[in-house]
Amino acid sequence: MSKFKESTLKTKLVTRVNRRIILAGVLKAGAVALLGWNIRKLQIEDSEDYKLLADANRVNLRLIPPSRGLIFDRFGAPIALNEQNYKVVFIREQAADPATVLKKLARIIDLEQKRQDKILRDMKKRSPFIPITVAENLTWNDFARISVNLPNLPGIIPEVGLTRHYKEFESYAHIVGYVGPISDKDLASEKPVDPVLQIPKFQIGKVGVEKKLEKSLRGTAGVSRVEVNATGRVMRELNRTQGKSGENIHLTLESNLQKFASERLKGMSASSVLIDIASGDILSLVSTPSYNPNNFVLGISQSNWNALLNDERKPLLNKATSGAYPPGSTFKMIVAAAALELGLIGLNDKVFCPGFYELGSRKFHCWLKGGHGKLTLQEAIQKSCDVYFYELARKVGIKKIGDMARILGLGQSYNLPLTGLSKGFVPTKKWKKERFGTSWLVGDTLNVGIGQGFSLATPLQLAVMTARLASGKNVTPNLIRSPNKDLEEPKDLSIRKSTLVSIRKGMFDVLNDKDGTAYKSRSTNKKFSIAGKTGTSQVRRITKEEREEGVIKNEDLPWKMRDHALFTCFAPYKNPKYALSVVVEHGGSGSKVAAPIARDIILFQLYGGIPPATAYPEKQQIEVGNKLSDIARKINLRTNVSSDI
Amino acid sequence: MNSIIKILYINWPLQILILVTALFGFLMLYSVSGGNWEPWTKPQINRFSISFLLVFLMSVISISSWRKISPFSYILGLALLIAVYFFGDTGMGAKRWLDLKVIRLQPSEAFKISLVMTLAYYYHKLPLSKVSHPFYVLLPLLLILIPAIIVFRQPDLGTALVIVMIGIFVMFIAGVHFGYFLFGGISFFALLFILFQSRGTEWQLLKDYHFRRIDTFLNPTADPLGSGYHITQSKIALGSGGLFGRGYMQGSQSQLNFLPEKHTDFIFTTLAEEFGFFGTIGLLIIYSLIVIFCIFSALATTDRYSRLLITGLCMTFFTYFSINIAMVMGLLPVVGIPLPLVSYGGSSMIVIMLSFGLIQSAHVHKNNRF
Repeated sequence: MSKFKESTLKTKLVTRVNRRIILAGVLKAGAVALLGWNIRKLQIEDSEDYKLLADANRVNLRLIPPSRGLIFDRFGAPIALNEQNYKVVFIREQAADPATVLKKLARIIDLEQKRQDKILRDMKKRSPFIPITVAENLTWNDFARISVNLPNLPGIIPEVGLTRHYKEFESYAHIVGYVGPISDKDLASEKPVDPVLQIPKFQIGKVGVEKKLEKSLRGTAGVSRVEVNATGRVMRELNRTQGKSGENIHLTLESNLQKFASERLKGMSASSVLIDIASGDILSLVSTPSYNPNNFVLGISQSNWNALLNDERKPLLNKATSGAYPPGSTFKMIVAAAALELGLIGLNDKVFCPGFYELGSRKFHCWLKGGHGKLTLQEAIQKSCDVYFYELARKVGIKKIGDMARILGLGQSYNLPLTGLSKGFVPTKKWKKERFGTSWLVGDTLNVGIGQGFSLATPLQLAVMTARLASGKNVTPNLIRSPNKDLEEPKDLSIRKSTLVSIRKGMFDVLNDKDGTAYKSRSTNKKFSIAGKTGTSQVRRITKEEREEGVIKNEDLPWKMRDHALFTCFAPYKNPKYALSVVVEHGGSGSKVAAPIARDIILFQLYGGIPPATAYPEKQQIEVGNKLSDIARKINLRTNVSSDI
Repeated sequence: MNSIIKILYINWPLQILILVTALFGFLMLYSVSGGNWEPWTKPQINRFSISFLLVFLMSVISISSWRKISPFSYILGLALLIAVYFFGDTGMGAKRWLDLKVIRLQPSEAFKISLVMTLAYYYHKLPLSKVSHPFYVLLPLLLILIPAIIVFRQPDLGTALVIVMIGIFVMFIAGVHFGYFLFGGISFFALLFILFQSRGTEWQLLKDYHFRRIDTFLNPTADPLGSGYHITQSKIALGSGGLFGRGYMQGSQSQLNFLPEKHTDFIFTTLAEEFGFFGTIGLLIIYSLIVIFCIFSALATTDRYSRLLITGLCMTFFTYFSINIAMVMGLLPVVGIPLPLVSYGGSSMIVIMLSFGLIQSAHVHKNNRF
């Protein structure tokens, strides 16, 4: 019985399948008929209309490139602008025979045969409605002559184009970057392709803010539909889709300060970063030497490019965010904070410094040959005693040092619209094992403890670290000003207030106690007293023999071998507003070279202009006064900035 | 010896129609490259010759062997889809290609064959009484939806929809109760309706950019410089062909570079411009004949696997040419589906010829002749 049931089921299903195959066939036939009917409509019924369209290609499209967004400083002073540029473009769709038109044009303006061939090749590769630039930066005379002859030049369109121009470029080049003509490589990496990018030599951001914020700066292209006759002459515009110009961008930077800082650092291979502690806004970020981004806009010459690349002071590099240096003694605050947090040391506990620290058979030296004698934590920061921090680093251990470094902002990159951001480096045991195959040694911890050895930090990170120490808040830097965004109050760091207060006291003594390493660079205005920390980081190793024979003076070494000079500070001490870091590559000692620069820059910000000589110790007033007035003459300060003294 | 006899039994009319279509393709490729064998015509002829031989080779292998490997083809296909998700090359904003050194493969295309084979295998093994049992309906649905979702995430909405369409089609042919399709269809449209109704309200079901993506998919003319431009130019080429066309290699639209992708997805427009209505209808008739011969072939077989396999693969072929032609006429959004056997391209050629190989094998071995 079940067999019988199975077989009826089978017959039933087989008929069902056959029925459905045939039904599907009928449906397919219907679809084909629909396609056929549509083809008939296109090719027979409406054929005449389409033939007309094909012959005349009556309606043409034209791309209208958007104008690039401008870049301003904090107070609306322009940094990157668009300037007018007379040029001539060619739209293939509108010309019957492009080669002849170009020949005619060559009789009016200078247009080599080679250039003509290049234009024709460019055209072949692109959609027919893309305007191809034939000549740029024309004189008014040439431009007018072409305009008069237009009836003989179908497809040729004289235009006033816009070209990027950078003002105050010396101090902004590393941040704003530059635009340059789009290359085939750029085009290949863009998916999906924005049609404006097909315009030959279209300028796109290559470096810095221009590159990182390319999408919003660029805007969207407009389209104009024009009616043309059989010879390609434009009869009228049918309609126009408005494009959108790029968005303007306001940086957090302050032009006067930026100019002052770059003038102050001129001639050195150096960088400085000044952060507003409350908001995290970067008010100044300078790297010297600089370069002229305007040279890149229309394409840079090979010789200029080589000169920039081969310069040993690396003008193209943004040292403030891409340069990573051993932080030197500026790292000591991190070790101190970690030790205080762990309760490993009391504020009155003293360590004896005989001038060296013995670890097994190895000797670790203090920078002061005779030693500092007995000192407390506050004194150790003030005098930057190495032995004290060897001892402390050993107690804390590399893991906790690394954790504190990360809490204070080292070993990470921030979300800034800059290219080539370095993360710096905070070493770990695991890293050394993987990198060198050897275990971490206590000696490595000691070296890290005084900011030598494996750890690396960028000047930006040092400024962030100082801002965090000064405020106890998780300050994060930003470079773009967005007035609509609610200012989010940064969170408190997980560091006890007493810890921070002790460290700040030490930093205050660095400048304001006569035994401090940067006493000479103090500010005498009590309202604007500065607290900071010097750092001198070695580029080379001092051998035992050399130490015995007497260490070679820094000035006697070739430039590349000299120490880096670092200084990081915040001010005013009582009510910290600004944090600043200065790094002078191969500059020598932090106290002699970096600290005076830092004082000038942070005082400039506090006073809202060139600081008065009264802010400096009496002995220095004449020398400083001359130097500052010299700088003031060189830079053109905007006067409308209110100062809040 | 046996193999040579087997070859005598293949579906010769079908084989000849395939050859004729490919010849059409060579002719058009020769024209769009301006009367040159390079860069498209010669490689296309080489590829076709090899895969044409492959069809003969595949046809002598017994259909039961093909049936046995069906589930493995599914696993392989799925593995390739996952591989492309992680290692694929990105082209046109989506990850679709897998570079296997020898060939660049588009696994989502190849997967169409695996899917048809596997569903045919599934219904071959499934006792007839269970065909409409809810659980046994759910299972093949999963087999269809899992790869479709992966393809959708590439993102390639067009191919994902085609995969779902082919899969559902095989289930329909297999005899699943009609009620399921009615229910499925109604709930699909209801869901669409609700999705679009939710737009702009506070209970909106999709993100705004999802809706915008759907908009450009449905209405390419909203983007006048992208696909909208292509469709306008394509329609001008089609329409200007008229009844007899402008003559071989005389099409101004295609010869003057107004047409995009003129050697691949838009090759139908060149055909239309140069050979006119007779050319286009001619090709449409040849395609229809291929489908008709496949349907006859399917009806003549007695085992369930062969029957479902042929109809499913025939449907795949049908979707290729019908969607492509509808696309160049602006009836469907531009989804990047080639004109089978005519468009330049290795991946689609191999997929199509593989499916003909399977169809021929099923034809040769019908009624357990061998």
